[in-house]
Amino acid sequence: MKYMILIHSNPKSRELWEEFSDAERAEGFGVYAALNEDLAASGELIVSEALADASLSKRIPVTDDRAIPSDGPFAEAKELLAGFFLIECDSMDRAIEIAGQVPEAPLGLVEVRPVMDLSAFGM
Amino acid sequence: MSTATAVEDLLRELAPQVLGAFLRRYGDFDTSEDAVQEALLSAALQWPNDGVPDSPKGWLIRVASRRRIEMWRNESARRRREETASSLAPPEPEPVPADDDALTLLLLCCHPALTPVSQVALTLRAVGGLNTAEVARALLVPEATVAQRISRAKQRIKASGAEFRMPPEAERSERVAAVLHVLYLIFNEGYTASSGSTLHRVELTSEAIRLTRQLRDRLPEDGEVAGLLALMLLTDARRPARTRPDGALVPLAEQDRGLWDGQAIAEGVALITETLATAPIGPYQLQAAIAAVHDEAARFEDTDWPQILALYDLLQSIAPGPMVTLNRIVAVAMVHGPRAGLEQLAAAETDPALAGHHRVDAVRAHLLDMAGDQHAARDHYRLAARGTLSVPEQRYLESRAASMF
Repeated sequence: MKYMILIHSNPKSRELWEEFSDAERAEGFGVYAALNEDLAASGELIVSEALADASLSKRIPVTDDRAIPSDGPFAEAKELLAGFFLIECDSMDRAIEIAGQVPEAPLGLVEVRPVMDLSAFGM
Repeated sequence: MSTATAVEDLLRELAPQVLGAFLRRYGDFDTSEDAVQEALLSAALQWPNDGVPDSPKGWLIRVASRRRIEMWRNESARRRREETASSLAPPEPEPVPADDDALTLLLLCCHPALTPVSQVALTLRAVGGLNTAEVARALLVPEATVAQRISRAKQRIKASGAEFRMPPEAERSERVAAVLHVLYLIFNEGYTASSGSTLHRVELTSEAIRLTRQLRDRLPEDGEVAGLLALMLLTDARRPARTRPDGALVPLAEQDRGLWDGQAIAEGVALITETLATAPIGPYQLQAAIAAVHDEAARFEDTDWPQILALYDLLQSIAPGPMVTLNRIVAVAMVHGPRAGLEQLAAAETDPALAGHHRVDAVRAHLLDMAGDQHAARDHYRLAARGTLSVPEQRYLESRAASMF
């Protein structure tokens, strides 16, 4: 079973991060590095990425069959996607256990969503 | 059969034997497995053009030995001093019968220190003789993920202290059960409605059947090994009728049974019949027996539901589980009517393992549909469609919902 762990940021978490000392930030990166290492070792990691700042994002509305990119994420969004893990593991319980290790989890900014597949049903 | 296909089949047959010979000689799973993989790749490139050598196994062992020496030379100087010259001599081509080696290898790849995803990837490469790219395509994950999974799995086996030898008798049945679970996972992984190009995709169902056959050759007395093989044969036999040309799945009740593979059914039925008569009963055997009853019905209406219900009763007593409960309820409805099934479903739903599960909605929708309550059936088909993780199942459930009034 594949699961997507989505890590969001919100104004509060962004502010918190900006106030962090270098040592605190290094600690945060360390937690991510360790989690990546553990998931690679168990074979459960497929891919993980941190996304660049949302100010670098482009929106793609299509007008007259032409895509015209405009700056920024969806204007009204307060919570923005900041990164993700795509993992493959045995159960939702295990996926939740992994997601709980993401530093943003205590802030309520981490989401786990099952990925759909092509499995046949009723074997 | 083309030369390339014949060569491929031969290589995959020889892969675990060659690796077994290496492990028996050196014991270093990591380097040996990499060296054998490279020898297999060389053979796959050369043999279709140059012809298969007189002793294919000897050829592979020679090439893999050379490759292993090269790898060894690239290792650190410290490591070099520790090795002795004798450890560089290639193993004899036929040191002992290969049968035990292949089984030992399978048990090692399904070692309890590994997660199931790693067991599956390692088994497909080291025992199945597939290369990393083939394993990746078959499992629908990136090649780099598979490469990493395999190399980390080998490190974990090493760290756990496991060696290339048969586990002690006391652990044997538990370890074989783990192998059966991995083979079952491989089969299920292949049991999809993939409508994409399968041209270069190894059929995992066929691969699982091949490996389970090999295991049965080594353990002919084991009823659960035979049961799993029969279950795979009887399930895979329906494959030609299972998918519409547009990729949609066809449920059992609507399949064109004329398309089923009669030979596979005959083999599966004979195997499960013989096994049930001689071996201690187990969950795979019972699931195979249920599949056999379905496969033996010429038309869906001819299905012997009382017998299926009796088998589910037995399965529920020896290996209870939420899916067994639900499948049994469908059988109850087929024997005693949809209302009886709905009553049992309401009771079963109180089990936390089933509460909120989309399959409960799917079964309820089906039973309401049977009972003629199309409005309620439509709501539950929709609920089930929202809850499933399977794209083909979602498509099926949505179309059922749409066909209600």
